[in-house]
Amino acid sequence: MIKEDRKKQDLFWYVLVAILILIPFIPRVAANSFTQHVFILILLYASMSQAWNIIGGYCGQVSFGHSVFFGIGAYGAGMAIVKYGIVPWPGIVIGSLIATVVAVAISYPCFKLKGHYFAIATFAIVEIFNRLFMVWYWLNGALGLDYPMLKVGWKNFVWYKTKIPYYYGALILFVIIFGIVRFIERNRFGYYLKAVREDQETAEAVGINSAFIKLAAMALSAFLASFCGAFFVQYNFRVEPPMVMSLHVSMLFVLVTILGGVGTFFGPLLGAMILIPLQEYTRVYWGGLGSGVDLILFGFLIILIMVRQPKGIMGLINEFQNYRNRKRRRIISTEAEIN
Amino acid sequence: MFFQIAIDGLLTGMVYALVASGLSLIWGVMDVLNFAHGEFLMLGMYVSYWLGFLMNLDPLISWIASGVFCFLLGVLTYKLIIQHTLSGPSLSALLATFGLSMMLKNIALNRFSPNFRILTGTLLDGKRIFLGNIVLPLPQLITSIFALVVVFIIYYIIKRTRLGWAIQATAMDKSAAELMGINTEKIFLLVFGLGGLCVGIAGGLLPSYLAVHPEVGGLFSLIAFVCVAMGGFGSIPGALLAALLIGLVEALSGFYIAPVFKYVAVFGLYLLIVMVRPKGLFGW
Repeated sequence: MIKEDRKKQDLFWYVLVAILILIPFIPRVAANSFTQHVFILILLYASMSQAWNIIGGYCGQVSFGHSVFFGIGAYGAGMAIVKYGIVPWPGIVIGSLIATVVAVAISYPCFKLKGHYFAIATFAIVEIFNRLFMVWYWLNGALGLDYPMLKVGWKNFVWYKTKIPYYYGALILFVIIFGIVRFIERNRFGYYLKAVREDQETAEAVGINSAFIKLAAMALSAFLASFCGAFFVQYNFRVEPPMVMSLHVSMLFVLVTILGGVGTFFGPLLGAMILIPLQEYTRVYWGGLGSGVDLILFGFLIILIMVRQPKGIMGLINEFQNYRNRKRRRIISTEAEIN
Repeated sequence: MFFQIAIDGLLTGMVYALVASGLSLIWGVMDVLNFAHGEFLMLGMYVSYWLGFLMNLDPLISWIASGVFCFLLGVLTYKLIIQHTLSGPSLSALLATFGLSMMLKNIALNRFSPNFRILTGTLLDGKRIFLGNIVLPLPQLITSIFALVVVFIIYYIIKRTRLGWAIQATAMDKSAAELMGINTEKIFLLVFGLGGLCVGIAGGLLPSYLAVHPEVGGLFSLIAFVCVAMGGFGSIPGALLAALLIGLVEALSGFYIAPVFKYVAVFGLYLLIVMVRPKGLFGW
């Protein structure tokens, strides 16, 4: 039964990737750069939330500190281009390594904390990083890094006239991160993560080194998050501390995952598919007035979703599947009775 | 100079204590982090400000109005939002209050504009007491003492009255409390209201010396979170001690290191303390 489900999920995944590759060829998308922008953001936030999902969903350690790793990744790419005038790639690699080291250094003491204590410690870390980056002269402080005009192409990962290459860049990121999580999910490591989430003491009793597992998950999660940050700055041409390192940004990753379904494979994608268009379209239609109407609506919709469906969209889908399975079983049993 | 700054810090800390004790109550009883706590404070401040501006009411009177307003706000929040999210993972309540905070902040922005507003010409405006070479501005002093008194009253209610015992029982074991005939639904409702009342009173008094603007709550709620976590799960004395400590560290590091680093120092101190005591100062 499980094997069958997996095969179905595999098939669904390949079809999904194929559809995503073909999306820019839809005439309506190809003609409208705003639609492309929304699709790019959906892929970016789905990837970022999936990176969060490794530690927050599968391992059950709810961190609100992921904007720090996102920001370090963004600054890695930004510094390479703005301060050193080279291609972003070495900056991205260095940024991702720094993000991983920072994640391990921060998390090692923080993993002693549980539940809300851990969450609040991660808030504090975001605030500390935000304020340090605001006054860090080497990183241009609160002014942030502004991209100069660069040569277009994959070498600099910069385009001005079209968004299609960005879409494929985001798709590559998406496929890599989702692929890694898919691999983990069926791997020994994934089962360890889930064991630690369900009950740490029991997991330790059967011989799982829970401290190591949590650290490894955090390191992987931060490593992947930093790439999303680098993509964000390459797409945005500008980075400043409040844009990448704030509670608001961290919350968005958590929101996307929770909305889709925490600790599920397709959850982050589903969440991003709903939340990001909501954010972008409310911003476009009502945001221009500077009156905050878009954020009022966005906040209201978040409340509505949380109140109506606290378990996320995957919870809704699972309920539906259970209902269908029960119905099928009932049919089978009545057939057996007739025979 | 040191004493002047330390006293200023302690006065700020007392206000933090009142804000944090409201949060601590909610957290202790329901295990919910109310993200909109700072926005309740902001709205309480606006109530007091508008009463002062339009009707010439002094903050010393209008704190009652903003207290009642925030009590009702808390009750409504529980009824309309929190109640429905308790069945899901504990995160969903937090995220729902995050949505609420975003909504309230932007409603205030929309209605009242982002301008900084401050009440002038109040009863205590500009008055100060001199103790040797230490200056005590009267608005701060009265607000802080008032905040401290309210914290003690809340603490007394929790520890010494039948209602407080019911709240404690609900916090310890919800289903056992129900078996003892306690209406836990009502307790939850009341606790959320009381949490609102605490920030409402603080918010009612603050506009006499602190400018009101839509973003004012953000920092207060972060500091309140840190106070509560530093003090320990649902412990009001812990929150009080932590708030005083935070006020002190904030003022001293702002003066002796640099103003930009004062919150770095506060949050750094918090991290240091929870490394040593993972459940806070008074937690168990």
